[in-house]
Amino acid sequence: MSEMKIVSGNYASAYGAKLSRAEVVAAYPITPQTEVVEKIASLVAEGEMDAEFIKVESEHSAMAASIAASNAGARAYTATSAHGLALMHELLMWASGARLPIVMTNINRAMGPPWSVWADHHDTLAQKGTGQLQFFCENNQEVLDSVIMAYKICEDEEIMLPAMIVEDAFILSHTKEPVEIYDQELVDDFLPPYDPDYKLDVDQPLGFGSLGMPDWYMDFRYKIFEAMEKVPEKVEEVNKEFEEVFGRDPGGLIEEYKTDGVDVLIVTMGSISSTSKDVIDELREEGHNIGLARLRTFRPFPVEKFRELIKDVNVVGVLDRNYTFGHGGDAAREIKDAIYGYHDPIVKDYIVGLGGRDLTPKILKNIMEDAISLQDKGLDEEIEWVDLKVNQERWRR
Amino acid sequence: MAKIPEKELMRKGTTACPGCGAGHAMRYLLKAVGKDSIINIPACCWAVIPGVYPSRNLEIPLLYTAFETTGASSSGVRAALNAKGVDPREITVVGFAGDGGTADIGLQAFSGCVERGTDTIQVMYDNEAYMNTGIQRSGETPYGAWTTTTPVGSQKEWKKQPKKNMMEIAKAHGIPYAVTVSVGHPELMIEKIKKAKEIPGPKFVHIYAPCPTGWRSDPSNTIELAKLAVDSCVFPLYEIENGEYNIYKKPKEKTPVKEYLKLQGRFRHLPKEEVEKIQKNVDKEWELLLQKEKLMNDEE
Repeated sequence: MSEMKIVSGNYASAYGAKLSRAEVVAAYPITPQTEVVEKIASLVAEGEMDAEFIKVESEHSAMAASIAASNAGARAYTATSAHGLALMHELLMWASGARLPIVMTNINRAMGPPWSVWADHHDTLAQKGTGQLQFFCENNQEVLDSVIMAYKICEDEEIMLPAMIVEDAFILSHTKEPVEIYDQELVDDFLPPYDPDYKLDVDQPLGFGSLGMPDWYMDFRYKIFEAMEKVPEKVEEVNKEFEEVFGRDPGGLIEEYKTDGVDVLIVTMGSISSTSKDVIDELREEGHNIGLARLRTFRPFPVEKFRELIKDVNVVGVLDRNYTFGHGGDAAREIKDAIYGYHDPIVKDYIVGLGGRDLTPKILKNIMEDAISLQDKGLDEEIEWVDLKVNQERWRR
Repeated sequence: MAKIPEKELMRKGTTACPGCGAGHAMRYLLKAVGKDSIINIPACCWAVIPGVYPSRNLEIPLLYTAFETTGASSSGVRAALNAKGVDPREITVVGFAGDGGTADIGLQAFSGCVERGTDTIQVMYDNEAYMNTGIQRSGETPYGAWTTTTPVGSQKEWKKQPKKNMMEIAKAHGIPYAVTVSVGHPELMIEKIKKAKEIPGPKFVHIYAPCPTGWRSDPSNTIELAKLAVDSCVFPLYEIENGEYNIYKKPKEKTPVKEYLKLQGRFRHLPKEEVEKIQKNVDKEWELLLQKEKLMNDEE
């Protein structure tokens, strides 16, 4: 029987791994991910989860062990955050290059220095080119759902790529919400055991990851490109199937919130989406034609979807909880890239909430009103940093 | 003494240099562990020696891994096998890394793997420098050696630090079994690796594997050099089983170290007093090893 439990985002991750019947878990503790590790350790210790839990000595080893376990045919899971993720960088690419459907949770946390343990998407987005699928979650239920969904997508023989499920530090990782923990049989029907065609097997001795000369390497990369191209359709397909089985829509590529025929479109990622939706309601009541798109699947980037969505929009206001120096906010940049040559709305990038800086309904409303105002006055600044000490008066008024 | 199994799990057609000690190391290792084994190989000469895709000259499952990951990678394979209910005595998981991949960049993963008690054999095939990248010094390069990053020159910048003692590092983890073996003594090597295979928990095997390219030695001298290293006590053959030392091959008469050094171009620059210094140090280390063995035997 499925049951409702009040759990943190971290516990939701752990339950997601348990329900997915992850066979090998390799993880190293880092704030704010530690509860994932602790919960899995206790589930294993209580005999509630049948998994080999390798308490590795670093995040680098966590991913290395996951890669090896996956290569040996086991369903592998890991979890980390920020500096741990950065330490894994080399192996995030190894996992995708080796075509291994490893699923991990990353708790979005700011990179130091200065040391910060609070919410920020830069850690995840700095890994956007590693061949990992990236799903940004809005709430704890979605975290659990996404872990299960990700295995289903990643283990599809047309895909065979790793995925990152990401949730905001503390705002989700340590905040408890009601989460439906599904009946195991229901999950088992949805997600069959992992049984790859090729694995480390003494009866069929193959080599994995050998030297690829220039006459081969590029073709292997092309195969990953082909798989990645198929992911958007697969996400939508699995999303639909998930909804049929579990009665819940985890958000697919982009969750559209009151976007029909809007003049102003706000784009958000992760936990700020919930507050933003309330503000959208308020502004709509005030007579503004505004809606919200929650960007859930960042990799692969839902290019087609944005082209559809932005067709008749005047202004796109993008809230980026990240900043790539010398470049800009990642979501805004990629949206511009996606619609280039198709549509030409005003696109403004709002850099918000770095290192866990709070985003109140007031600030969000000021951002959205600013976006609305651009319809008449035109674009003032391409990128604006919101709620800095030097401009707090404006955004908090 | 163990008979060398005839079954070859390493086929012809390697890309190894002539006289490669690491080639012998792999060949005998596979004869000892047998076909029911899975091997992890990080970046090292042996990442290239099996051949390039789609060719491969090893007849056991092979997982190539990133340079610093061998211990973690072995842990992952072992965990997956455990999850599938495969007994460690049924399938042997081997990590096969060079000296850099074990003692330097891979030391953390090695330590983690051993500390967790992972039932694997961690092999360090030791050619005493980063040979695959072109003979750069490693923590296992001995005192006095020339490498491309200890180029001697007018300032006499040869390697000034001693060789890192991986056997003691392994022992400090409370490892059930650690052993040094040499390609100069294949029967003994096979005997010891077969023994390691049957012992539950983590095992460390230190294989002495001369590299003619990096040592500036004649390819036909590889086995001779390996034997001289044992006879001169530069590389003693011993095992540590549950903390107890056993020197299983004691030279009847110690060959002077200079006999070993003079066959290698990498020591050519050393003045007489430096050779004497090395001899003194080898004598000291050998004496220390004898004492460790004696201490254990006396306790019994």
